[in-house]
Amino acid sequence: MRFLPHTDEEIKSMLQAVRVASLEDLFSQVPPDCRRDAAMDLPAPITEWELNEQAGAIAGMMEVQPDFKVLIGAGSYDHNIPSIIPALTSRSEFMTAYTPYQPEMAQGTLQGIFEYQTLTARLLGMDAANASIYDGASALAEALLMGIRISKKKKKVAVSKAIHPHYRQVVTTYFQPTDFEVVELPYLADGRTDFSGLAELDDLAVVAVQSPNFFGVVEDLSAAAAATHEAQAIFITSFTEPLAYGLVKNPGSCGADIVCGEGQSFGIPRSFGGPGLGMFTCLEKYIRSMPGRLVGQTTDLDGKRGYVLTLATREQHIRREKATSNICSNQGLCAMTAGIYMASLGGTGIRELARLNYDKAEYFKAELTKAGAGIVFSSPTFNEFVVEFAKPFKSAADRLRKKKIIAGLELGKYYQELAGKYLFCVTETVSRKVMDAVVREVKR
Amino acid sequence: MKEINELNLPEDLHYTKDHEWVRIDGDTAFVGISDYAQDQLGDIVFVEMPEVGDEFDQGEEFGALESVKAVSEIYLPLSGEIIEVNEALDDNPEMVNLDPYENWIVKIKPGDLDELDNLLTVDDYLDMLNG
Repeated sequence: MRFLPHTDEEIKSMLQAVRVASLEDLFSQVPPDCRRDAAMDLPAPITEWELNEQAGAIAGMMEVQPDFKVLIGAGSYDHNIPSIIPALTSRSEFMTAYTPYQPEMAQGTLQGIFEYQTLTARLLGMDAANASIYDGASALAEALLMGIRISKKKKKVAVSKAIHPHYRQVVTTYFQPTDFEVVELPYLADGRTDFSGLAELDDLAVVAVQSPNFFGVVEDLSAAAAATHEAQAIFITSFTEPLAYGLVKNPGSCGADIVCGEGQSFGIPRSFGGPGLGMFTCLEKYIRSMPGRLVGQTTDLDGKRGYVLTLATREQHIRREKATSNICSNQGLCAMTAGIYMASLGGTGIRELARLNYDKAEYFKAELTKAGAGIVFSSPTFNEFVVEFAKPFKSAADRLRKKKIIAGLELGKYYQELAGKYLFCVTETVSRKVMDAVVREVKR
Repeated sequence: MKEINELNLPEDLHYTKDHEWVRIDGDTAFVGISDYAQDQLGDIVFVEMPEVGDEFDQGEEFGALESVKAVSEIYLPLSGEIIEVNEALDDNPEMVNLDPYENWIVKIKPGDLDELDNLLTVDDYLDMLNG
């Protein structure tokens, strides 16, 4: 749907309808001390060339330039973005509309989001996906709230310590004003979450785990689902790297009730950590408790296929404080991007790309081990893993930085007990040459 | 939408200000919504039910009705325990629109029949609707 600003004539007729003479009169209700009467102090207009030059100069101040190789994922992944994606998403029908407030006018947008929902549900092995929410972290917090709605009067939520630390911070923020108790589940020596304590937690509404988790480790979701359901709780699986599900068993087939996470990997640039894409799915029986918007397919009076927003009666503009969520804003363009990405690669492409990520990471793990480094967690990983070194790695990391390679994320800031250990990520964008350069520094 | 004089409001029921009704049947009681409520809500597409065995206070929310326009909570006219939910409404929620009295929502074991004094007779209810 195109964005068309109001014409002067339209503004005039609207002003007439509410019986004020000018826009100034319309705003007269706003107290003077809340208004600015001076002109905005903005610089003079500049040309596009000058603007590009300025933006380029600002970008040039970045320590890590685009030609650097960054071997860090930790929730944000460097993947190739096929040219078809910017070509399609920059179409004005997608790019300029904020949100379809006249949804059925924008059949193209609705169909695009419907396709995104379908592909997302298939990838994760779930019944239904919503039109996406803000990002992976808020998706997890919303999923916990949804689990509490389903479980009704229970008061406790259990969250794995191997979930992304930022996601857990967002959960803490969401839950701080509530009377629900957030319990942290520790992780085992093999990098997987320890579910053995679940049986002792009474009043448990929800259990949340991330797979692959923050250490890149693939969790045993089937066992986790069984333990959670044994405790009569709702099982939530979070993720930061959806590409993993091209290769590893999807959470739906492992018994998850709600699956949600970050979709940045699917065609969205890393930027400064945003905007992101909160992918959100659930079993059909819980669909009425799901936050956010949902596009449905139907037929019109003539029997022709059409798309609508459905189950909107539980949304904030109708239910106010009883709505399923009041913080489920998103950027629809990111969902559209992920939909185009998934459709472009197809099932086979996603599988092949996931395999490539896995194989590269396994090569890197093997070479680092040969060079004397240790892989901290023995469980299977996807494209990230934690490494320990015989001698402090910092000087090697500094040397690599001079060669435009950012080698891993030191974990002490997030997990005190893992200080000096590094989280590495290898995607399809990392060449063998780069990995071998890191290995050479480790050997030195 | 129906005029108030067109509403079907049986004499033998107790009504609430929130437009539920309750019919005492021996040790148990049936609970539903009034003709006025179903008419105002429009086509009902989903009934959110409590679980059998759940207990509620008088006036406590025990479920919700979803119509094409809105979701409305439903409140229990008397305190008590849910002993049956009308499962037929799972597949055919529109039955509440067709006959809101035949198609009750839950069957309860009332905790305290003195609470009936807090409810409205059909005349009180009509007065309330007439404002």
